[in-house]
Amino acid sequence: MLRLEPRPAPSRLFAWASPVISLAITILVATILFLALGKDPVKSLSVFLFEPFNGLRSLTELGLKATPLILCSLGLALCFRSNVWNIGAEGQYLLGGIAAGGLALWITEQKIGISRWAFVPLAITAGALGGALWAAIVAALRDRFNANEILVSLMLVYVANLLLSWLVFGPWKDPKGFNFPQSMSFADGAAMPRIITGMRLHWGFVLALLAALGMWLFMARFYLGWQMQVGGLAPAAARYAGFSTRRALWTALLTSGALAGVAGAFEVTGPMGQLTPYVSNNYGFTAIIVAFVGRLHPLGCIVASLLLSMFLIGGELAQSRVGLPSALSGVFQGVLLFSLLACDTLIHYRVKWQRSAAPRLAGAST
Amino acid sequence: MTLAQVTERIRAVSAEYGLEVDPLRPVHSLSVGERQRVEIVRALLTQPQLLILDEPTSVLTPQAVDKLFITLRQLSAQGCSILYISHKLDEIRALCHHCTVLRGGKVTGEVDPTQATNASLSTLMIGSTPPELAHRPAKPGAVALAVRGLSMAKTSPFGTSLADIALDVRAGEIVGIAGVSGNGQQELMAALSGEDPRAAPGSITLFGRDIAAASPRKRRHLGLHFVPEERLGRGAVPVMSLADNTLLTRTEAVSRSGWIDTGAVRRLAARLISSYNVKAGGPGAAAKSLSGGNLQKFIVGREIDANPKLLIVSQPTWGVDVGAAAQIRGALLQLRDAGCAVLVVSEELDELFEISDRLLVIAGGRLSPSVPVADATIAMIGAWMSGLWPGAAPPGSPALTGQETAQKVAHAAA
Repeated sequence: MLRLEPRPAPSRLFAWASPVISLAITILVATILFLALGKDPVKSLSVFLFEPFNGLRSLTELGLKATPLILCSLGLALCFRSNVWNIGAEGQYLLGGIAAGGLALWITEQKIGISRWAFVPLAITAGALGGALWAAIVAALRDRFNANEILVSLMLVYVANLLLSWLVFGPWKDPKGFNFPQSMSFADGAAMPRIITGMRLHWGFVLALLAALGMWLFMARFYLGWQMQVGGLAPAAARYAGFSTRRALWTALLTSGALAGVAGAFEVTGPMGQLTPYVSNNYGFTAIIVAFVGRLHPLGCIVASLLLSMFLIGGELAQSRVGLPSALSGVFQGVLLFSLLACDTLIHYRVKWQRSAAPRLAGAST
Repeated sequence: MTLAQVTERIRAVSAEYGLEVDPLRPVHSLSVGERQRVEIVRALLTQPQLLILDEPTSVLTPQAVDKLFITLRQLSAQGCSILYISHKLDEIRALCHHCTVLRGGKVTGEVDPTQATNASLSTLMIGSTPPELAHRPAKPGAVALAVRGLSMAKTSPFGTSLADIALDVRAGEIVGIAGVSGNGQQELMAALSGEDPRAAPGSITLFGRDIAAASPRKRRHLGLHFVPEERLGRGAVPVMSLADNTLLTRTEAVSRSGWIDTGAVRRLAARLISSYNVKAGGPGAAAKSLSGGNLQKFIVGREIDANPKLLIVSQPTWGVDVGAAAQIRGALLQLRDAGCAVLVVSEELDELFEISDRLLVIAGGRLSPSVPVADATIAMIGAWMSGLWPGAAPPGSPALTGQETAQKVAHAAA
């Protein structure tokens, strides 16, 4: 029978192989699922695995969807490494979108002439402030009242959702919009500049990549980033060293809130161009999976974002091409995270084949 | 048996063997030493045929050790086999009928311990007799650490409140604090290191400067370095490399903007590894991959290398092999001779007598007056460890709860 035996040291090989194995398991599960649904597995799989990379338009769409995922997951990776369990990136994302959308609306209504390049720093500032404000509520409640940040951040997602709905159903509704719950379209200057004319991919993608590099440097080379990780790995060691847990809490939440907010701002002023109740594609929640698939490493977050973005696009394509429900991409995300967590066992344990069924106590206790 | 019966049995057995254990306390709130006591009591509860004891006495007063030995002799006379594992040679010689010596996983000899000497046993253990520590008389200088009227309420319901602690440590001397674990050592260490910042203003001064409210980093900056008793998780981050672990207390490689010079960090770790004989896979080895002794050498080395003016060490050689222990004690003496003030808290009396210049005893959150080591005897310090020093507060003083007092009195009467 199979037996798990603890490794003397965590396996470096499996730390990197585990995401690959879990991806393979996900593909296997997908194949079985397609067969059970009576679809051609090769054709269906190619929709998920090849179509998103097929051609310039597909590639730019991949980058477009990866942009918010990268930004959200970077902040979450910092939080999770600091032992701050912010799972409300979705709400911080929405607030960033609301802030930047409100700014864009104001520019539109006041008919202010502005170039797209001048608008970028404004959108980033507005988004970052909105997201950071939402995360600051979590930090303040945790800091002052020791409230559980998992619950608070999660519930603030619903508050943010309702706030957005109220705005687009109420005060910000387009008067000429036939009563649809949406704002008027933003002026041409109040939008993200695009990288390639005719494609929706905007320069926010490049900024997200730069943010990942910055986060990498912050975690690996800056004392504050290192201190925050010590606080996550060994709180007693952080106390012994004299690192401030409050500073770590606030830094982690404000940074991740700001990054998620910028992601929301990019989405609203980039591909959307107006506010609707459906600003988010669950990017904030998907980013939790991204952060773990990316090993809580900023560069890993980029790769994982592209991967999850591939699933999102594949799900949409599967609907139109093969007639499969787009919810499939959610199923695959779940299978991916589930098998990743299972495969992570292999980092700390090795599988041993043992003939006798009797467990050996001595081996198990080392 | 019902839980109430078990509770009663635990009380009975712990009273019978002089092992103070409160059966109603959650284990997580116990100190390492107290947990060890729980394990001894648990083993005794089952009326064993074979009793294996692994270093059971590090948490007991000398009097309690004598009492335990009476119990063990009684058990063995009743036909119980006892396998007694210890590095304390006196204990082996006093208690055991037969002795097997291990070194590096191999049997190096079997002797009759009643016939053996400490020197012959330690030769079998480490291949040579441990070097005698050169303990020259101390030349105490200015007062480095002065603690006056330090009182702190306990933070956990099962902690120990500190009551009116007074203490001086001078430059160039080693002051030892003895005591049974769980008598306020952890709380005192947290107050001195700055991990617990609740000390009243003026109650802790370093070279005349009030540091009662200073953070651990600030204190370190002023020359106070501290080696905690838990190596993994407090003195070092288990999964981080040795190089990264130097950053916990050493910030020479960090620029003012917060940039870490990783090359300098690795060089520092490599220097510590070579100058303190740490057996490790290099600066990149994870802290938890090291043996206890080697990690302790690394952590002690990390603090000594920072040229502290005052070094506070908690349990310097807990769970450390004989060779590494001798090396650490030698390093502490060397540091003292270089003019550093050293405060050592230990539950091993032999160790304190070996390296200290003056001794104090902590019991029930109170600190005894200090006594020069030359004037102290093991029996006297043992009695002090029960709270009975001249001029001690009478039993029933506010620092002790009723139950604690009852136990102390019972203990003292025994």
